[in-house]
Amino acid sequence: MKVPIEVTVNGRQYRHEVEPRLLLVDYLRDTLDLTGAKIGCDTSQCGSCTVEMNGTAMKSCTCLAVQADGSTITTIEGLAVDGLHPIQEAFWNKHGLQCGFCTPGMIMAAKELLRNNPSPSPDEVRHGLEGNICRCTGYTNIVKAVQEAAAVMGGAS
Amino acid sequence: MYAAQIDYHRACSLQEAIALLQEHEGAKIIAGGHSLIPLLRFRLSDASSLIDIGRLDELKGISRSNGCVSIGALTTHAELASSDVLKDACPIIPEAAAVIGDPQVRNRGTVGGNLAHADPGSDLPTVLVALGAEFRVAGPSGDRLVAAADFFQGLMSTALGNDDVLTSVEVPAAQAGQGMAYAKYIHPASRYAVVGAAAVLTASGDTCSAARVAVGGLTPSATRAPSVECSLTGNGLGEKAQAEAASQVANDLGDDLLGDISASAGYRLKMAEVYVGRAVAAAAARTA
Ligand SMILES: Cc1cc2nc3c(=O)[nH]c(=O)nc-3n(C[C@H](O)[C@H](O)[C@H](O)COP(=O)(O)OP(=O)(O)OC[C@H]3O[C@@H](n4cnc5c(N)ncnc54)[C@H](O)[C@@H]3O)c2cc1C
Ligand code: FES
Ligand code: FES
Repeated sequence: MKVPIEVTVNGRQYRHEVEPRLLLVDYLRDTLDLTGAKIGCDTSQCGSCTVEMNGTAMKSCTCLAVQADGSTITTIEGLAVDGLHPIQEAFWNKHGLQCGFCTPGMIMAAKELLRNNPSPSPDEVRHGLEGNICRCTGYTNIVKAVQEAAAVMGGAS
Repeated sequence: MYAAQIDYHRACSLQEAIALLQEHEGAKIIAGGHSLIPLLRFRLSDASSLIDIGRLDELKGISRSNGCVSIGALTTHAELASSDVLKDACPIIPEAAAVIGDPQVRNRGTVGGNLAHADPGSDLPTVLVALGAEFRVAGPSGDRLVAAADFFQGLMSTALGNDDVLTSVEVPAAQAGQGMAYAKYIHPASRYAVVGAAAVLTASGDTCSAARVAVGGLTPSATRAPSVECSLTGNGLGEKAQAEAASQVANDLGDDLLGDISASAGYRLKMAEVYVGRAVAAAAARTA
């Protein structure tokens, strides 16, 4: 039994009929072709699928598409408006990535972190990104990138 | 992994949720989905349909009246952690909610789902057993209140019937002279509690006049620690008394202790003493 849903993703409205078991991340990637959010685990732990739903960061692998009906979603593809978002720019400048697989999730989680805490200490950045795993960088440059983004954004989100 | 085919119904009211549960055999409630969706993906749940209660405003929000705080079942962990009402009336709840999972999990996971799922590594059952909270449950034959200690009935099993909805948690607001604290040994990968200890102490002068202590993580469900409580009650709250009390915890936990490849039952038992000690010390410092 398919269920109709309507969502706004990166400012565009979509209507689809979906199976109830379809995960939001699979809907974004396979139905909407927004492959920025990644699937890195089966256990809701890696955070590479992180998107923003109704203003807060969440793991789109642990939400059904039917639960997202009526919501407003921003994915990594929605961040760059006039050029890169300051957090994207800072990840570039500070080499906050190597393979890049974790990066969309890291950036979406960092966006929420900076909204709640506009100038976090290195320790606060590490705690704020606890829901995201990176297998390459050792995190140091990710922390530097988030702190640079904080300085550039000066409290803006 | 992909979940099996499943039906989906969205409830528009509490009454409709109960009616849908009655109508669809094998149906399960879905709230935040942060325990249920992983089970569905691993095909560890045999639910045949989902009843989504996620939009029921009547199950949301935190309110205080007559020395009691009522927390709606759909309140998220993030809302618990940032609630000014709870920071004032029952600060151990925000303290524990802030160390659940990670920020994304706290944004979606709800108190009702956490309690109904009753994972042994969960944090809120331990805290609510120590607080002596009551849970409001709505079912086909009306409403009832269940004491936290009676609600948890063993590994992932609770007093909820198939057609019941947990609607709110009722906790007594802190009294003068009370101090409370939660100490958690966080599993480095899963972030659940390897061991969690909650202490709610009342001091009059230099004496501990009442103590409620609970432990989770290593027992099938959150467990009161009467030997620890007894050792504290009527005595001073100095370091020696705290250590003596914490050393009693093994008497309270029974033989059915959980262990796994990352932390054996024996190791967790040792850690229970350490974390009860930490919770008691922090709670004692806050009685002032
Ligand atoms: C990566 C990760 C880390 C986590 N770490 C921790 C941790 O450190 N500590 C911790 O305590 N928890 C942890 N959790 C669990 C988390 O707290 C869950 O959100 C919570 O246990 C379930 O809440 P939910 O709203 O998502 O419930 P759901 O997944 O929607 O439901 C869970 C169960 O409860 C039932 N249910 C839900 N709401 C009700 C209701 N109102 N009445 C009756 N039945 C209901 C459902 O039928 C289902 O059986 C973690 C989860 C994840 C994914
Ligand atoms: S894919 Fe790993 S948390 Fe979502
Ligand atoms: S850059 Fe490779 S996983 Fe983070």
